[in-house]
Amino acid sequence: MSIFEYAPAPESRAAVDIKESYGLFVNGEFTSGAGAAFKTVNPATEEVLAEVAEADASDVDRAVKAARKAYDKVWGPMPGRERAKYLYRIARIIQERSRELAVLETLDNGKPIKEARDVDVPTVAAHFFYYAGWADKLKHSGYGTTPLGVAGQVIPWNFPLLMLAWKVAPALACGNTVVLKPAETTPLTALLFAEICQQADLPPGVVNILTGAGETGRAIVEHPGVDKVAFTGSTDVGKAIARAVAGTDKKVTLELGGKAANIVFDDAPMDQAVEGIVNGIFFNQGHVCCAGSRLLVQESVADEVLERLKRRMATLRLGDPLDKNTDVGAINSAAQLARIRELSEAGEAEGAERWSAPCELPTSGYWFAPTLFTGVSQAHRIAREEIFGPVLSVLTFRTPSEAVEKANNTPYGLSAGIWTEKGSRILDVAGKLRAGVVWANTFNKFDPTSPFGGYKESGYGREGGRHGLAAYLKGGQA
Amino acid sequence: MPTTSTPGVGWDLSDVTRSDAALRRFLHGLPGVDQVGAEARAAALGTRSIKTTAKEQALDLAIRMVDLTTLEGQDTPGKVRALASKATRPDPTDPTCPATAAVCVYPDLVGVAKDTLGDSGVNIAAVATAFPSGRAARDIKLADTRDAVEAGADEIDMVIDRGAFLSGRYLEVFEEIVAVKEACGDAHLKVIFETGELQTYDNVRRASWLAMMAGGHFIKTSTGKVQPAATLPVTMIMLEAVRDFRLATGQMVGVKPAGGIRTAKDAIKYLVMVNEVAGPDWLDPDWFRFGASTLLNDLLMQRTKMRTGRYSGPDYVTLD
Repeated sequence: MSIFEYAPAPESRAAVDIKESYGLFVNGEFTSGAGAAFKTVNPATEEVLAEVAEADASDVDRAVKAARKAYDKVWGPMPGRERAKYLYRIARIIQERSRELAVLETLDNGKPIKEARDVDVPTVAAHFFYYAGWADKLKHSGYGTTPLGVAGQVIPWNFPLLMLAWKVAPALACGNTVVLKPAETTPLTALLFAEICQQADLPPGVVNILTGAGETGRAIVEHPGVDKVAFTGSTDVGKAIARAVAGTDKKVTLELGGKAANIVFDDAPMDQAVEGIVNGIFFNQGHVCCAGSRLLVQESVADEVLERLKRRMATLRLGDPLDKNTDVGAINSAAQLARIRELSEAGEAEGAERWSAPCELPTSGYWFAPTLFTGVSQAHRIAREEIFGPVLSVLTFRTPSEAVEKANNTPYGLSAGIWTEKGSRILDVAGKLRAGVVWANTFNKFDPTSPFGGYKESGYGREGGRHGLAAYLKGGQA
Repeated sequence: MPTTSTPGVGWDLSDVTRSDAALRRFLHGLPGVDQVGAEARAAALGTRSIKTTAKEQALDLAIRMVDLTTLEGQDTPGKVRALASKATRPDPTDPTCPATAAVCVYPDLVGVAKDTLGDSGVNIAAVATAFPSGRAARDIKLADTRDAVEAGADEIDMVIDRGAFLSGRYLEVFEEIVAVKEACGDAHLKVIFETGELQTYDNVRRASWLAMMAGGHFIKTSTGKVQPAATLPVTMIMLEAVRDFRLATGQMVGVKPAGGIRTAKDAIKYLVMVNEVAGPDWLDPDWFRFGASTLLNDLLMQRTKMRTGRYSGPDYVTLD
């Protein structure tokens, strides 16, 4: 490969100023937290980026009260066309500060800069633009125009800013106010978003951002002043939330785990299917709830697909997430890396055959090479449990009905992919798959106009599109 | 619908070309190309950031891959002589600047180019077979080819019969390529598809296999006379085809995008694609060429900038 070795092309870290410490964003101001401050690290280097305040129950109470006051006095009564102006302003500031946001997301999360730059941040802006457009048109939504009140929102670390946008944009457009908790390993872009809210002159209390870990999240979910709980994260925590709000008047949407089947038929567009498989499982290091983590490939083309897939995986560039040519970045945390390793070892122990792309792993930080397992059966843990990492389990099938049966044979039901050049087969199979999102001849495509959400243990409720409004309007709760 | 697949190692070519029906079955049995996915992949490769030492390498490599081309009705011996001397010494102020791979002219000007190029190592490519439309009787196309070879052409750029291809007479196209190759003798044969007329990526993939099976040394996108000419996704489909053909037969075939590649930045995107789709073995003028005229000057300006830190501007490179 010495003929044309790409020189390092790092994005400048100087694009963003990271403060030494960050407080909680309550009622339009940064304040200190009552809990013990914690550190957030760059998972690619293990370097400490900043110290972040922890919110305890009293901070949550403060934030919920601020949100309630803003809801009652300002945001709730405000006409939709006026709310829209704030949301459009936020969207434009996000675009203006996109480089800053992308670099910060990459530093705190470990994802490659090209993904933060080309996927996360543009989609964040698009979400705010899209829901800004709804704010004065709610009477056409089908769900009425009455907001729910104060929304308590807890989001994960895989797409920190994008998940914030999915939660905050529709809530605000509908006239709710929010108390949002970003994940403890990736709080920084949410805190920069708080600055953007200040820059946009958003009335105090409309958006409150509390940092902390599980206890902070629990305090938000269980606070009696919260009318609506929205959560994206693991199925275990989702179940705990469902139990906590049972018997209360709180409305809930949960977007949880997945174990998506990516189904490749023998008449698939082969080169694009291989790209789709790679994108499905290695995009964002596989830290994607809708990742295509189970490849179901028709037996008659399995060898060819695997050969092509391995060749393609060998060209993936793993390393410094700030390098513009990096395809695969760092695993978000030591804990997540340990889980990926544990499940991969279980895969080997259960008899599946492991193959990893030949790439050198950096010596510091959290890293896992893109990996696939062949000879996987439905009974293996790696075929059933969500790994949430760059690990693909390959299974085969013989007929379309067997493909559908295997694809549906999981407690999850978030997404699925179908690869075939035959249009009638796409429609037939898509209708039979129990998954909230089915992609045909593509994978991991996100658009603010398209509803997203799951079946079964993948959660309930939809985010995005007109359907996403239902979660934040009284008329959507029938 | 039959199972589609790409032939593997040990596959027998003569079975495929024994009849029009067999050839059609084979070409239509190749895996389809999803347009949206292919274009997304090509665009993603275009976002690679090639800087510093990698850019220096890429610029020199790209210059060595240029088929410096003039294919105008107004071409004269004087114009071709100027072009040929530029091909041998693209940057007169810098002896370390490499020569281009070839000059590409109409057959009647091959002799003029040869006089200027001599034994410089720069090849002479001639377009033949009733370029650019290909609309002539086969014996005229073959005579056109022989003329060019006799005048000293090292490489022949032929056009396929798009009318025959689009009406499904694949064997006719195949046999014509075989016949032209025979007329080429020792000269290398590049087969131009005019992808702007074939329109679909499925057609480009089929044409690629057809031309490779017929013995073409290179497959080439366009004449430069039809828009769109070379594009990144079309070239990617062809790079996938040569990669797969080598896996099936062990033989390497070159790829030449031509027309519409005007900037060094574009050229580098193509090299990234060669590197990551076909593989580094194709990063050589023997296996990848750019059919271009204005591209060379931008490559030279960028090269000077890399070397001196200053951007000289278009008045400091020659206009031929």
